[in-house]
Amino acid sequence: MTVEEMVGRLGLQVAARGEMAREISGGYASDLLSCVMAKAKEGNVWVTLQAHPNVIAVASLLNLAAVIVAEGVEADLETVMRAQENGVTLLGSAQTTFSVVGQLSAVGVTGG
Amino acid sequence: MTEQKSEVSRVQELVYELKIEEVMVRDVITVTPETTLREFKELLRTKRISGTPVVQGERLVGIISLEDLIKALEDGEMDALVGAKMTPKVEVLHADEPVVHAVNRMSRSGFGRFPVVNRAGQLVGILTRGEIIRGLLRRLEVSYRDEEIHRYRSSHIFEDIISDRTSLVLRYHVQPRDFSIGGAASSRIKRAIERLGGNPTLARRVGVAAYEAEINLVIHSDHGGEMVVEIQPDQLHILVADDGPGIPDVEQAMRPGFSTAPDWIREMGFGAGMGLLNIKNCADEMKLQSVLGEGTWLEMWFRIPAAGADGSKQQAASSKQPVAEK
Repeated sequence: MTVEEMVGRLGLQVAARGEMAREISGGYASDLLSCVMAKAKEGNVWVTLQAHPNVIAVASLLNLAAVIVAEGVEADLETVMRAQENGVTLLGSAQTTFSVVGQLSAVGVTGG
Repeated sequence: MTEQKSEVSRVQELVYELKIEEVMVRDVITVTPETTLREFKELLRTKRISGTPVVQGERLVGIISLEDLIKALEDGEMDALVGAKMTPKVEVLHADEPVVHAVNRMSRSGFGRFPVVNRAGQLVGILTRGEIIRGLLRRLEVSYRDEEIHRYRSSHIFEDIISDRTSLVLRYHVQPRDFSIGGAASSRIKRAIERLGGNPTLARRVGVAAYEAEINLVIHSDHGGEMVVEIQPDQLHILVADDGPGIPDVEQAMRPGFSTAPDWIREMGFGAGMGLLNIKNCADEMKLQSVLGEGTWLEMWFRIPAAGADGSKQQAASSKQPVAEK
């Protein structure tokens, strides 16, 4: 599944567009950046409540496919700008992390 | 970041970035309303084109195509004037609009050729699908080549500069408590390794370890600290040093989940007590020393596999060499 398809199927908001045609390799959810650093893999989609600029640094270092900020948390302007500069796809959802992960799993995006 | 990734998003960016005037053809072959269809036919034949804009002075007044000519031929009206047979209402594009606008107009209208005018209504060029594609390719090639040149120049530094032991030293200063730029040094370190031709796995491991160390300086150090990266052909060494406050119990600090970060930092997702462990897992070797009240010294070593151990990389490097020697 590509990032674009995921955005369509989960009805996500797009705050910053990176490579939308990119294939998603799996998913990871955590609000602890060090856990993300240790466990998230290249091409993963990351679901989190964090929305500060360091999220983009982490996503960029790990070359993640997209970041979904859950529970309607609004990303800072700085975060959105950083995402655009670094070509990181930044998405938003009004649903809880648990629901987003459940939906991802239902459309075939799994952990790993 | 893979080459493919940057290329794909680059095309999407470019359609928005490029202006129509940057890709259009400027030398436009035109006719006037007083041109006869016979003369127009000759023009199409000799210039191998299928239509032209019609201009009076510098003003665009219409467009005439092969189709209009065929109709006139059938009706035996070859001596008629272009002014009488042209399409007077012309859809135009403006020179200062982005290329994405032209792409949308073409797909909506079905027209494959648009005259381009400036804001004064003067004809300044013509745009077809072919020009758009050529314009995009030209631009892509330029930016691709730029990154290639960066990579090529950097990746040969160790071959080009001869010494008994060459090393490249990168120094970064990290500010305390400044989360907005936290991660900047480690991103640059990772980029440097990629440009030097290091394999992506190594670049990632170094990037993660450097990030954790950088964030530690941001969170814990009294006055920030220094990150010194020394790159040698076969190994990479990173020293991260600050002048306080120091770690009371290094062994305890290494324990998974142990953290002294205050709540406000934890709320941002830092301070999980996993940072040092991440560094240990990413680096081939790590050494942490600290004296309370004096500072902390963290050293990490990464072995760089010989080019022979990574077949694909060596091949890429050797296939590039003859090109540059030409």
